[in-house]
Amino acid sequence: MAGSRRPIRRPPVPGLLALALVLLVTLGALAAVALRAEGIGSLSRSDWLAVRFTLLQATLSAVLSVALAIPVARALARRRFAGRRALVTLLGAPFVLPVIVAVLGLISVFGQNGLVSRALGLFGLPPLSIYGLHGVVLAHVFFNLPLATRLILQGWLAIPAERFRLAASLGFGPGDVARILERPMLRQVVPGAFLVIFLLCLTSFAVALTLGGGPRATTVELAIYQAFRFDFDLSRAALLALVQVLVAGSIALVALRLTPPDGIGAGLDRVVTRWDSTGPWSIALDAAAIALAGAFLLVPLAMIVLKGVAGLGSLPASVFLAAGRSLAVALASMALTLALALPLAAWVVRGRARLVDALGTMSIALSPLVIGTGLFILLFPLVDPARVALPVTALVNAVMSLPFALRALVPALGAVEAAFGPLADGLGMNGFARLRLLWLPRLRRPLGFVAGLSAALSVGDLGVVTLFASPEGGTLPLALYRLMGAYRMDDAAAAALLLLICSLAVFWVFDRGGRVDADS
Amino acid sequence: MLTLEGLRLCWEGWSLSAEMTIGEGARVGILGPSGAGKSTLLSAIAGYLDPCEGRILWKGQDLAGLAPAERPVSMIFQDNNLFPHLTAAENVGLGLRPDLRLSRDQKAAVEGALERVGLAGLGGRKPGQLSGGQAARVTLARTLLRRKPLILLDEPFGALGPALRREMLSLVDELAEDTGATLLMVSHEPNDARAIAREVVLVADGLAHPPAPTEAIFANPPAALKDYLGT
Amino acid sequence: MKTLTIAAGITLAAGAAVAETPVLTVYTYDSFVSDWGPGPAVEAAFEKTCGCDLKFVAVGDGAELLSRLRLEGARTEADVALGLDSNLMAAAAETGLFAPAGIDIPKLDLPIDWTDSTFLPFDWGWFAFVYDKTKVTDVPKSLDDLATSDHSIVIEDPRSSTPGLGLALWMQAVYGDGATEAWAKLNKRIVTVTKGWSEAYGMFLDGEADMVLSYTTSPAYHLIAENDDSKGALAFDEGNYMQIEVAAKLAGTDQPELADKFLAFMLSDEFQSIIPTTNWMYPAKVPASGLPEGFETLTKPAKSIIFLGDEAEKMRKAALEAWLAAAGR
Repeated sequence: MAGSRRPIRRPPVPGLLALALVLLVTLGALAAVALRAEGIGSLSRSDWLAVRFTLLQATLSAVLSVALAIPVARALARRRFAGRRALVTLLGAPFVLPVIVAVLGLISVFGQNGLVSRALGLFGLPPLSIYGLHGVVLAHVFFNLPLATRLILQGWLAIPAERFRLAASLGFGPGDVARILERPMLRQVVPGAFLVIFLLCLTSFAVALTLGGGPRATTVELAIYQAFRFDFDLSRAALLALVQVLVAGSIALVALRLTPPDGIGAGLDRVVTRWDSTGPWSIALDAAAIALAGAFLLVPLAMIVLKGVAGLGSLPASVFLAAGRSLAVALASMALTLALALPLAAWVVRGRARLVDALGTMSIALSPLVIGTGLFILLFPLVDPARVALPVTALVNAVMSLPFALRALVPALGAVEAAFGPLADGLGMNGFARLRLLWLPRLRRPLGFVAGLSAALSVGDLGVVTLFASPEGGTLPLALYRLMGAYRMDDAAAAALLLLICSLAVFWVFDRGGRVDADS
Repeated sequence: MLTLEGLRLCWEGWSLSAEMTIGEGARVGILGPSGAGKSTLLSAIAGYLDPCEGRILWKGQDLAGLAPAERPVSMIFQDNNLFPHLTAAENVGLGLRPDLRLSRDQKAAVEGALERVGLAGLGGRKPGQLSGGQAARVTLARTLLRRKPLILLDEPFGALGPALRREMLSLVDELAEDTGATLLMVSHEPNDARAIAREVVLVADGLAHPPAPTEAIFANPPAALKDYLGT
Repeated sequence: MKTLTIAAGITLAAGAAVAETPVLTVYTYDSFVSDWGPGPAVEAAFEKTCGCDLKFVAVGDGAELLSRLRLEGARTEADVALGLDSNLMAAAAETGLFAPAGIDIPKLDLPIDWTDSTFLPFDWGWFAFVYDKTKVTDVPKSLDDLATSDHSIVIEDPRSSTPGLGLALWMQAVYGDGATEAWAKLNKRIVTVTKGWSEAYGMFLDGEADMVLSYTTSPAYHLIAENDDSKGALAFDEGNYMQIEVAAKLAGTDQPELADKFLAFMLSDEFQSIIPTTNWMYPAKVPASGLPEGFETLTKPAKSIIFLGDEAEKMRKAALEAWLAAAGR
């Protein structure tokens, strides 16, 4: 009857503070833009077409990313092989790359003059056309397959080893394991993974445009950009942002409602050994899943490395300084992410507060342009925007990482609370003692993942920094854009490689940190 | 003295009523068919579930509104009684201070409790490095240290074999004797209940019957218990 | 005690020094202030003579710069805005945030006459399709030629990029009411449309398309900085659309004299000689030393097209609609 445990009655203060800050950064910024606008705007027919295209591409991208991630995550969960850990880390790379770098990497493989087209040419076949809805979806899967894989892999690893041992003792085959152990876990994890990716694709702009092949691939975010930049129509921008929020909010509520409320359960920490799925067919299937996903994700990365490696040594010192600045912002952003995510996750889990989960999750669907502009309107009367550019960037990056943080932390914390909550309650472990003695040690793995991911995302993200005024020297993504803007494409390629290295390094350090000794 | 006064527990279209008094120092087994609400009754006493009606009193004081840790209750669950990432000594120490900032005297008390349950020198081990019986002893050492007057056991030591489980139960009995605690135990095993409980509360058909002497009830079981025992 | 007094003295002196040095705040676009842009050299040169602290504040691109000034309104810290696009001049003038420059405007070296005294040009260029001479040999002579050729091109979105808007206005100027029709034909040549110039140019260099919408001055970079003369730009018979980048003094500036001094400096040889090899554009007033070696090889369209003022504002909407209408087909 563990399910009958009553939820906490009052919202916890740290959770309230975190939510207030998140709402200020997101909805507060949107409100600031709306209030600054004169009159209420209206949406044109082309705006509604943009809404339709946005929904279509986001749905397709999310469905495909998750569907393809399931076999990959399963293969990674049940196979041990040399280099598995390195592969898992590397697979996360596309997700943290700046859009412009990833797009050029993808095009170098799938474009008219890419590897695939050139290979087709050898056989006298016409080149591949990547541009169109399929190109948009391909790029979004490239970006998000790693995230989906990680989230689902996390779910697999959360199935207690005892269950697999029980399954082995009952002589379960792979089909039985799938039905009895894995499907319930997937029901738990998949809606959340779908949701996060859907929301991510909702604000896609440069990817959708470039690979969509033109104005037919207009997304809401592009319409917002146009309203701001082209027409300076704040009311229309605010209205479009509101549409994004409403879409995101309703999808978030539906997806979280589809998630069963109970945690997956926890066992003692022992290495997961599997006795099922040793047949040649299932081994071949897993090998194919890993090889295909690996090639799809790693070949474009390899192209980025190849293009950048020659110029790495001759990069100007200022680019390395920019990298240092980016790392500092990333660390601040990571600390903020954890400080926001853990209280919110605790509130969601202990208060069964789905609405809080939805609010924290949909922040990603808010237009970065609207957030940046709104914060600018809010801060301009108070401080010199240029002086707070880096702190604000760290804050916005943290809020943007929150959805991934919640997706990783909420199920994990749910499992911890389901298993050990009653014991902790009985012993009176509340507040800081519960954090220190129960949550932090039991959540090392997801916390490490969240820390690594938020830091890496922050390194790669241009963020709102340009809206506020570029600080002296700027961040690494800014330096990358500046190099491109100055025709220095070779230096830019080297800076992209440096960025890739920095992102992967911070991700690796924290993600590993969470795993070292996690079994004790 | 534990008093359940007009108590009614409800959960999604299901309810359980109880009206009884249990004397201090009593040893009570709670028996009944699976799903009858035995564990739910313990959950309510321990403060994990709010009653829909009625009151739970300890020595005349209403326990309503008290968090689990504030109640005069120490509960042993079916499983997850120990934190796997903490050592045996730390798991025991939590019974004294939930933030584990223990004084020297308290640390000595933890050692003493481990010694009392036969685990001297094993305080530095983590639960994963202990056998099932040893882990159970760690739980008991903590229960001993907490000195709560009411000990609730929810199908305890289910992972242990019958002999080891009986051994643990007699250790529980001894500890309760030491501290004068009242013992309530939910069990699937009528023999476990007979071994330790002097009284039995039968839970069946939405009703928790008042305690009856164990030997008498087994000698002449009411219909509900007969069904359950399959005799 | 003694150290305290000294520290106080230093603080006072520093405070006095700060108060004595006036600060001129210039808002500009991001690439202007980058290590590879004109910013650093301009700042050093101006500070040598102005007795002031020149502070650049960089915001996105030229269009975002105007949005930013509109958001800040009269309370802006900016004394000068540098880098507005000529297509935005009418919108900028309408805000009432800018004041006429109080300087004598020297004779400018633009292909057109310049009459505006609020917005002063500092550089300019022609939009053009840039191609690789080793791959494209049959060069199109006009927009029609290009549309019927078999060359693939990559362009920027008019809604998010200045060159993209330039092409839309170019098409509008050449085809008028037939612009939608012309776009429909040209679209067959377009591989894709990017958010900004950098993506498009990067794709072109990677061989993703035969040509990219850029500037006639783009080959100069490859020639001068990379010793590579393989890039060419197309001049069309109907003319190429122009971009003129302008600067203006803010009406609410608290440093009006210094702002004027900066605008005058902007049109001096010192500033103008920095422009060609940092911004890779033509200087608005060619310095006495002339253009850098290599610029003489650049393609020069015989005709220049540009909309200015209210006409640009009006055409902007029509041009965008024509482009979107063609895409909807």
